[in-house]
Amino acid sequence: MIEAMQFDFMRNALAAGLLASIICGVIGTLVVVNRLVFLSGGIAHAAYGGIGLAFYFKWPYLPGTIGFSLAAAMLMAFVSHTVKHRSDTIVGVIWAVGMAFGIILLDLTPGYNVDLMSYLFGSILTVPSSDLIVMTVVGVVITALVFFYYPDLLAMSYDEEFARIRGVPVKALYFGLIGMLAVTIVLVIQVVGLILVIALLTIPPFIVEKYAKSLAQMMVGSSILGSVFTLVGLWLSYQYDLTSGATIIMVSGSAFVTSLLIDRFGFKGSS
Amino acid sequence: MSIIEMKNLDFAYAGETILASINLTVKDKDFLAIIGPNGGGKTTLLKLMLGLLTPDRGTVLINGKPPGNTDSSIGYVPQNVHMNQSFPISALDVVLMGAFDPKNRFRRNQAKYKKEALDALDRLEMGDYANKKIGTLSGGQRQRVLIARALVSHPELLLLDEPTASIDTKGQAEFYELLAILNKEITILVVSHDLLVISRYVNAVACVNQRLHYHDQAEITGDMLETMYSCTVEDTCPVELVAHGFPHRVLKPHEDHAHD
Repeated sequence: MIEAMQFDFMRNALAAGLLASIICGVIGTLVVVNRLVFLSGGIAHAAYGGIGLAFYFKWPYLPGTIGFSLAAAMLMAFVSHTVKHRSDTIVGVIWAVGMAFGIILLDLTPGYNVDLMSYLFGSILTVPSSDLIVMTVVGVVITALVFFYYPDLLAMSYDEEFARIRGVPVKALYFGLIGMLAVTIVLVIQVVGLILVIALLTIPPFIVEKYAKSLAQMMVGSSILGSVFTLVGLWLSYQYDLTSGATIIMVSGSAFVTSLLIDRFGFKGSS
Repeated sequence: MSIIEMKNLDFAYAGETILASINLTVKDKDFLAIIGPNGGGKTTLLKLMLGLLTPDRGTVLINGKPPGNTDSSIGYVPQNVHMNQSFPISALDVVLMGAFDPKNRFRRNQAKYKKEALDALDRLEMGDYANKKIGTLSGGQRQRVLIARALVSHPELLLLDEPTASIDTKGQAEFYELLAILNKEITILVVSHDLLVISRYVNAVACVNQRLHYHDQAEITGDMLETMYSCTVEDTCPVELVAHGFPHRVLKPHEDHAHD
């Protein structure tokens, strides 16, 4: 690993992976406790529509994609907040239509074809330094927002009705959370790919949830665990010449299964 | 002085009438039991008082003001104590949630609130469990934590929705003794299926099944509870108290009120 660090692209890959792990640890914790995993998948896939739009109309990539994803995410937030029992179906529809829309727009865009694989699995080995700066800024902003609204987010996530009685602006907070989620997903997809985003959003928080005694512990634990998965995955992909995003996910998945087996057969966790 | 004032209140959900022509006055330090069948509108009635739902017609006033003003005068203990059992939160943090005020986010003196939360837990004999994760507690223990959460904001009014559903019979008696002590300072409304257990403690009963029928202390402590009726929906109260076919204590048949 030390020798690998001689290469700029490996250093950037490592930094991008660690930043993605930290952002996903914080937001993923809120995704898991609020059961927003499916909705996150919806946003991530619908984002492809934004990519299509950006290429077809020759918009700058980030504003176009984030704008489209935010619009799709707000629609999903509205649906999941008002008609809860039908929300999964409608999220599924937006998921499929958003992605199909993006692919057709790319078909119609003359002379250019984005590689779908790089969208799915990202291109962590080719992350430019400018992306690292954007990720750092977003990471800091998201962490600050979550820190500021921590008690509100905690109350809403644990008991929405009680939060409303205490005067927490639950509706605005929910839309705000989905908005942060959309921005996170688009930015991190660009770096590590759609599949790795979903893995980093869900696997570390799920494993840590059983051992954490507070949301804050769960966020910190998930960020650390995600970073470990990223480090190990990158090292394995370097050693054995494997696709790095997929290797990180396989490391995470193995840890996920191990944690399930420990639950089933091993000693119980603390508390 | 009346702490709750509901007048000519109607509420419908998805075109279906849940509550109609509700009139209810609860006075300071009352201990009111709300009984009635499942789906009769008991929980809806509480949510209207909390401002979580808005009536289609009529008014709700809590201490003379519309509900939902968050002046922490209402403590609420929800029915479902089994929600979110894997959630990473300690009993103490659940109680602290009851003291949280979004308008006063970075208040000083967090230690004071922590002490109040611990006191509330102690009062419910849950002090030893303050740092336990909520999911590791039994249903009855979780219930106590949720009551501590409702009490920590020093409410004038405590609303409890089926609080004894997760507590065994012996625990239930202890639980109502505790409520009787709290009732010296706080107005209490308890939603319950079972009038037998609580009849000793309450000073009024409201039967809710779309309509609301109010029975004051005189009716309960008078000959009503000594008399056994075979209760059917038609000939006594529109409320099934314990189970079909079993004779049990009920209140006298409702007079034809003006609002019927």
